[in-house]
Amino acid sequence: MTTKSRSNRALVLDIVNHGLLLLVALLFLFPFFWMVSNAVRSNVEVLAIPVRFLPETFEWDNFTKAWTQLPFGRFFFNSAFIAICVTAITVVVSCLSGYAFARLKFPGRDALLMAYLGTLMVPAIMLIIPLFLIVNSLGMVNTFQGVILPVAFGTFGAFLMRQFFLSIPMELEEAARIDGASRLRVLVSIIVPLSMPAIGLLSLFTFIGQWNNFLWPLIVLTGADNATLPVGLTLFQTQQGTQWNYIMAGAALSMLPGIVLAILLQKLIYNSIALNAGMGGR
Amino acid sequence: MTTLEEAAIPTGRTVARGRNRLGRREGRTALFFLLPGLIGMVLFLLVPIIASVVLSFTNWKLLGKPAFVGWANYTRLFTADPQFWPVLRNTLFFTAEYLVLNIVISLGLAVWISSLRRGQRWFRVVFFLPTFTPGIAVAIVWMLIFAPDGLFDSILRSLPIAMPNMLADQTLAMQAVIIVSLWAGVGYNTVLFNAALDMVPANYLEAARIDGATAWDRFWKIRLPLISPTLFFGTVMTAITSLQVFDQIYVMTRGGPGNATSTLGYAIYQRGFQNFQMGYASAIAWVMFAMIMALTALQFWLQRKWVHYDN
Repeated sequence: MTTKSRSNRALVLDIVNHGLLLLVALLFLFPFFWMVSNAVRSNVEVLAIPVRFLPETFEWDNFTKAWTQLPFGRFFFNSAFIAICVTAITVVVSCLSGYAFARLKFPGRDALLMAYLGTLMVPAIMLIIPLFLIVNSLGMVNTFQGVILPVAFGTFGAFLMRQFFLSIPMELEEAARIDGASRLRVLVSIIVPLSMPAIGLLSLFTFIGQWNNFLWPLIVLTGADNATLPVGLTLFQTQQGTQWNYIMAGAALSMLPGIVLAILLQKLIYNSIALNAGMGGR
Repeated sequence: MTTLEEAAIPTGRTVARGRNRLGRREGRTALFFLLPGLIGMVLFLLVPIIASVVLSFTNWKLLGKPAFVGWANYTRLFTADPQFWPVLRNTLFFTAEYLVLNIVISLGLAVWISSLRRGQRWFRVVFFLPTFTPGIAVAIVWMLIFAPDGLFDSILRSLPIAMPNMLADQTLAMQAVIIVSLWAGVGYNTVLFNAALDMVPANYLEAARIDGATAWDRFWKIRLPLISPTLFFGTVMTAITSLQVFDQIYVMTRGGPGNATSTLGYAIYQRGFQNFQMGYASAIAWVMFAMIMALTALQFWLQRKWVHYDN
């Protein structure tokens, strides 16, 4: 076999390899296609036999109807409000705690850090019952603060920010300290601007985690008006004469922010997961 | 300059006193920085953990006064409740099958993607997409696919395969839940393992190639051992999350048909928030915690046999 024919063969194998995985990827994406395809047809067509891959008539205004009439628009804003509030509180609290752990000396620091890490071992679903009872006794059932506060103080953020702050050279803040700047001033005007990659990462994963969260809002938000998108989706799922086309439109709306962020921030996401891969088990 | 230096050199005693005062002030600053997080942690983590233990020894039903019942909830779980053993079995069955398939599929995809010359990052994004979308929305879309006379049934009908509707069948319903969970969950591990494979030094693989090692050998003897710490990390995390499975089951089967897909996570919700048996549901939660700890400990014990650390 000549080198030329061998390299030709390698090229063909390479193209086949790419083509096959492309096929797998397209099959993998099919549920997304099916969701949109069913969102833009009439409900009669959704349930029609035989099943059709594309709608006979495209009803693009199903999206506006789902947004205004069901009301997925309202659920969308509820979801956004809750996720943004949790993210904002988490970032502020994590920066403050992380700074104390990274830069300040106080008795019991290491023990407290270990306690923070220890709480990460407790699965969220276990605390659902006592947390609900606390929210109930505070009179915050079916309120936004009842959903937001109990999940806004996760300890992971404090640990993440501590790790990042430790990588910032001490000299940068010492100059400001000698000039008489307070610790809070140093944190806000020197450390935080340098920590945007870590803050971005924490914000992204907190926001997506809350946007996708289901069990906790399901339990706390007992009224349909306050429902988040995932809770709202299940409210209409159980009704008689399910409007599948509107539900698919609502599902698509609920997936939109995550899909956009996953595509736009793919590099940040990859790097953060790669960091886990590098540390895995070590 | 000299005056400044002279002024800055105090005697030994004042240094100690100054450092003490400084230390106390720093301690106060630290408290100020930690306070918001500490209040949140005590109120929403520490108190609930303790409350959960205490609750599991009571018969509280949300309304009325709770009474201390000792180990009654736990003995009822293991000896009297006819639904508990099936729930435990369902949870372990789901975890075992989902965990193995998730790791095999995501490792396969990760290796496949890493063999590409072009477009690696786009394939990573494709498989990662469901990870960033609400599990509830994913489950609802798949429910339409698995609906009676829906897409899945009509595809099967066009093939010579006779099969009942997945969600209505006692044994197949769990398989449907696992398929949906895999679609939603393989993306994270795919990216994780792909990133680990990217870190394997190219010169190791090149050296092996020159020595005549086949692609098969290079995978099993070089790449797999080198990424085994990451593989271990992914396996442990996936096991922990799969023992808590809830969203897909709530949407697709509500634990049915019968209790064929009822898992520990679903049982906690059902007992706690449909029957309002807060004490009993807390006991189930602690059984789940014990299982998570046991499975994690087992994996840490097993890792000595297959995980390679380079130091």
